[in-house]
Amino acid sequence: MSQSYDRGAVEDFGRWTEFSAGMWAWILHKFTGWVLVGYLFTHIAVLSSAMQGGAVYTETIQTLEGLFVVRVMEVGLLAAAVFHILNGIRLLMVDLGIGLEAQDRSFYASLVITGAIVVASVPTFLSGLGGGA
Amino acid sequence: MAEEYRSFERGGTGWFLQRVTAAFLVVVLAFHFFNLHFLNHAYEVTFAGTEARMSDVGYFATMWLFLVTATFHGVNGVYNALINQGLTGTTKRVVQVVLGVAGLLLIVQGTRVAMAMSTLI
Repeated sequence: MSQSYDRGAVEDFGRWTEFSAGMWAWILHKFTGWVLVGYLFTHIAVLSSAMQGGAVYTETIQTLEGLFVVRVMEVGLLAAAVFHILNGIRLLMVDLGIGLEAQDRSFYASLVITGAIVVASVPTFLSGLGGGA
Repeated sequence: MAEEYRSFERGGTGWFLQRVTAAFLVVVLAFHFFNLHFLNHAYEVTFAGTEARMSDVGYFATMWLFLVTATFHGVNGVYNALINQGLTGTTKRVVQVVLGVAGLLLIVQGTRVAMAMSTLI
């Protein structure tokens, strides 16, 4: 039988120095989830410019993509998406009872792979700014 | 007794659908990012290019399923996060209705946008 103990409220962020890998994974999965669902509504709102005609759509996308701040936010979105995907795969594995003993290590691996993919993607995400390639 | 941080009733439909949509989204979200940032560059997107992609039946169907599954997964995820904070009673019911309506509106608007981008319909 599993042991239960009072680990306090996860929501009490003042205790962050005591957080285990699993609690960080829980917090980061939730945070990136909020970012992604927020972006989903924003994305459909921006794409809705297509309903005003092809020219408006093209102008809207290309104007937004010409802004440095949008490119930076896209890199942030990539980071959120990659981490959510990798940690999500980890959660699916845990649900299936696969690799239970490696939960901490797989969380750290999710962070490292996310970092590597994001850093490697920065040139692509910043390309074409100011009309260059 | 320790509090359990569980967002779902074990074995519930919500629990199952959240995981089924997750498995689909893992693949399609990665494809979507790769397709529109690496194969095609977002800054080169034009209506003509979007229309060409969205007029392919398989691509259109994939993107529409992407919309529906992402909306469900996102809205249900927000609901679970709020339940985790201890919502009960009327507040819980109000949150259910607000999120349900928001999700439906997003799917309706997303479908209208998808149709405007395609020559299929």
